[in-house]
Amino acid sequence: MEKYWQKEIETASRDEIVAIQNKRLKETVRRVYDNVEHYRKKMDEIGIKPEDINSIDDLHKLPFSYKQDLRDTYPYGMFAVPMKDVVRLHASSGTTGKQIVVGYTKNDLDVWADICARQLYAVGADENDMVHVSYGYGLFTGGFGLHGGAERIGATIIPVSSGNTNRQVTILKDFRSTVLCCTPSYAMFIGETLKQMGIDKSELCLKAGIFGAEPWTDEMRQQIEDLLGLKAYDIYGLTEIMGPGVSYGCNMQDGMHVNEDHFIIEVIDPDTGEVLPDGEQGEIVFTTLTKEAFPIIRYRTRDIGVVTRGKCECGRTFAKMSKPRGRTDDMLIIRGVNVFPSQIETVLIRCGYTANYQIIVDRVNNLDTVEVKVEMTDEAFTDSMAELTKRERTLHEEMKSLLGISAKVTLVPPRSIERSIGKAVRTIDKRKLI
Amino acid sequence: MAIKQLAVFVENKHGSLDEITKILANAGVDIRALSISETQDFGILRMIVSDLEAAKATLKENQCVYTVTEVVGVSVPDTPGAMAGVIRILSENNINLEYVYAFLGASHDSACVILRVADNALTEKLLEEGGYHVVSDPFIEKL
Ligand SMILES: [Zn+2]
Repeated sequence: MEKYWQKEIETASRDEIVAIQNKRLKETVRRVYDNVEHYRKKMDEIGIKPEDINSIDDLHKLPFSYKQDLRDTYPYGMFAVPMKDVVRLHASSGTTGKQIVVGYTKNDLDVWADICARQLYAVGADENDMVHVSYGYGLFTGGFGLHGGAERIGATIIPVSSGNTNRQVTILKDFRSTVLCCTPSYAMFIGETLKQMGIDKSELCLKAGIFGAEPWTDEMRQQIEDLLGLKAYDIYGLTEIMGPGVSYGCNMQDGMHVNEDHFIIEVIDPDTGEVLPDGEQGEIVFTTLTKEAFPIIRYRTRDIGVVTRGKCECGRTFAKMSKPRGRTDDMLIIRGVNVFPSQIETVLIRCGYTANYQIIVDRVNNLDTVEVKVEMTDEAFTDSMAELTKRERTLHEEMKSLLGISAKVTLVPPRSIERSIGKAVRTIDKRKLI
Repeated sequence: MAIKQLAVFVENKHGSLDEITKILANAGVDIRALSISETQDFGILRMIVSDLEAAKATLKENQCVYTVTEVVGVSVPDTPGAMAGVIRILSENNINLEYVYAFLGASHDSACVILRVADNALTEKLLEEGGYHVVSDPFIEKL
């Protein structure tokens, strides 16, 4: 029996969802126009008034918001309520550039807890579960997001935060955690550590994992499931919108349901800004519908994905977004071909290697070069040099058909690529493109 | 009959070989024979060791990638033409030799030659029929 945290809305008809969105969008636009100078100026510049926005069909008339806008208005320029109503701040370090800060009212935290509770219920968790949170607690939204959701459903929370992987494994085993929440690359790391500590996955009680905050592939999902003996689910979110829980994976393990009563998703052509029809790949754009402290209009996430609508087998009716294929800023343009690290990951795992890899892009004599460092595994190793070089050649050819150019594949010993307790660093781009 | 050989993945850089041999030595594992194949980036270190289980345990603990393969060991007398005889038996029977290496036994008048072939049982049978002494694990351990 599928369990829903908020069944009525999670299984509402398309008409009901659209009606809610229409109403909330109008309110949001009015609120940001009245309270946030940044939006008022941007709308005035193009001659749009709040009364011009009457339904979600008018959304495309509104200008986009960019990360740069958040930096320009740092720290509190985009807040729509007085600071006395802001009960929590979170910040995103931003791997590149200046940090940004976001705020939450009491109601915002309430909504956040509910959407994370929906996520937990969707993976089969309830008050009987032990939710082990290995996302970092602190300014990063990861830890507190699922913490709030777990608290909301009455589960037992184990707020481990990230780091000290041996201790994570000991706690997983001794405390009998049933649901693990962390980044997928950290889940891999925990799985390897488990092996190394000589603990069998059957000694753990894990049944589900909720993994997000970085792009990952279905092939990697398989590896994590094998290592940890759980079902691995996606969660999606970003600090600028709310944090984890904007979209949530369900039992079908095929895309994530967007919490459409709180957010509108659009997919656009990143070059032209044109809204794309359902099913087409493009940049994901979000508009918040209920956020009080930090509403945001048409935020360019830089994540590349696809959105589809239609009833899911799990019974939920919210639109589904695919796993992000990558980020526009992670996208590598190699001799004119667009490549995402996730595509390289797919090839590696298909050829028997792990998701521990690093892509090094350089430019030598005006030509782009790619080196993919991948760790040798027990499965991919053999005593025969002929066989090993044959496998290396297969990998090389697969890479070539993907990238359009020859990549140098370097096999390195296990664990020689640095592990990350948060988001993995997949790419080192040494090209000076200025 | 076949001998168990340990193959370890090593990076082709200064100190890698040293590291593996040190790991084995620290676990009290004696290396009886050793051969390396390498490319520019990596190598395969193949060994016959005194205590396979201890070697596996310490390699695992040190996060090394390894595999155990069964190979044929044959005692070849230190006389002209003895090795050629082994090779002739293989080629006459279309047995493809993936790699070969040898080490000296205690007696010094014969060498133990390690052969990597697809069909161990067939190769052993042919060698015995050709008058060669096929070496098994216990023999290696007594060397
Ligand atoms: Zn579903």
